[in-house]
Amino acid sequence: MMKQSNLLAIVTCALGLAALSPSAMAEQLLEQQCASCHALQAEDYASSTVQERAERKAPPLYYAGNKFRPEWLVQWLQKPERIRPAGYFPAAHTVPGPDGDVVDSDSLPEHISLSAADAELASAALMKLTPYTDKLDAVDYEVGNISWRMGNLNFGKFNGCDACHRDAPDYGGLSGPELYSAWDRLQPKFIASFITDPVAWDPHTLMPANDLNQAAVQKLSDYLKVNGEDE
Amino acid sequence: MRYALVTLAVSALTAVSAHSWAADAEAGKQLYQIYCTQCHGINGDGKGINIPDMSVLPRDHTDTSEMSARSDEELIKAIKHGGKAVNKSVLMPAWDKNLSDEQVDDLVAYLRHICCDK
Repeated sequence: MMKQSNLLAIVTCALGLAALSPSAMAEQLLEQQCASCHALQAEDYASSTVQERAERKAPPLYYAGNKFRPEWLVQWLQKPERIRPAGYFPAAHTVPGPDGDVVDSDSLPEHISLSAADAELASAALMKLTPYTDKLDAVDYEVGNISWRMGNLNFGKFNGCDACHRDAPDYGGLSGPELYSAWDRLQPKFIASFITDPVAWDPHTLMPANDLNQAAVQKLSDYLKVNGEDE
Repeated sequence: MRYALVTLAVSALTAVSAHSWAADAEAGKQLYQIYCTQCHGINGDGKGINIPDMSVLPRDHTDTSEMSARSDEELIKAIKHGGKAVNKSVLMPAWDKNLSDEQVDDLVAYLRHICCDK
């Protein structure tokens, strides 16, 4: 027969779980599943050095609600696919080879998968993290179109983005996040704002700014749209 | 006595100079690993993971003759304002928004170390 104390513990536990509100459950989920690798609060950049970037395990998520498209988050969290071919800090996953450095694929960690219910819950909680709405409001970007050919030249030949980013699964650099799915993944104004001033979003980012004017940012953002829809 | 004093002063100055150079190059090594190795290679030989699809290969920073032909000012300009600013490839971006002047100096100290301190 079950001891009275065990029964009491089970009942208390069940009541405790039932008492959690959906938002509390979501916060608990983020803490348990995400916080060990992703920052959910802003780093104190004033008192940290760039070594902080080398030690990060994964992208910060404290501005996820200003960055991602929620529908993409829900899908991706259930079936994650690698966005950064060389991991979040490429130098930690690079080894020398006979013809140059190569990515040590075995060292790349896999992202966890969530159930559909947990993915919905996590996405909803992440979309509430919006400390940089002012940056998006300040962006003067209207979604537009550009010919794929012109956009591709602008992305590669004129601005050299393909040095670090892939705009097709089989073309481009490996160190940055792939950008052929960027339009599905990211909010349009985040794309424009981040290209304009990546350091404002992340003082230790590995993305350079390159002094691009508004017209150049418009063309690059539109190219990610046209190219993404083409993929 | 005067000779001893002069020797002491010269030794002290040399020690200070060597110490500050070493500190800068060490800081530059860390920055190089974070910002540069993706293209210039973990050994600085210009063979980073990004090169397979590049139309212009990154500078081999271990090439003593090539690097000796570049002044510190040229290196600083290339790092801060990108390859286009020194009539080289746009594949080298401008890092002046990401790095302070002191950090750029640290990187140049490290470049001088890996190119020419053999």
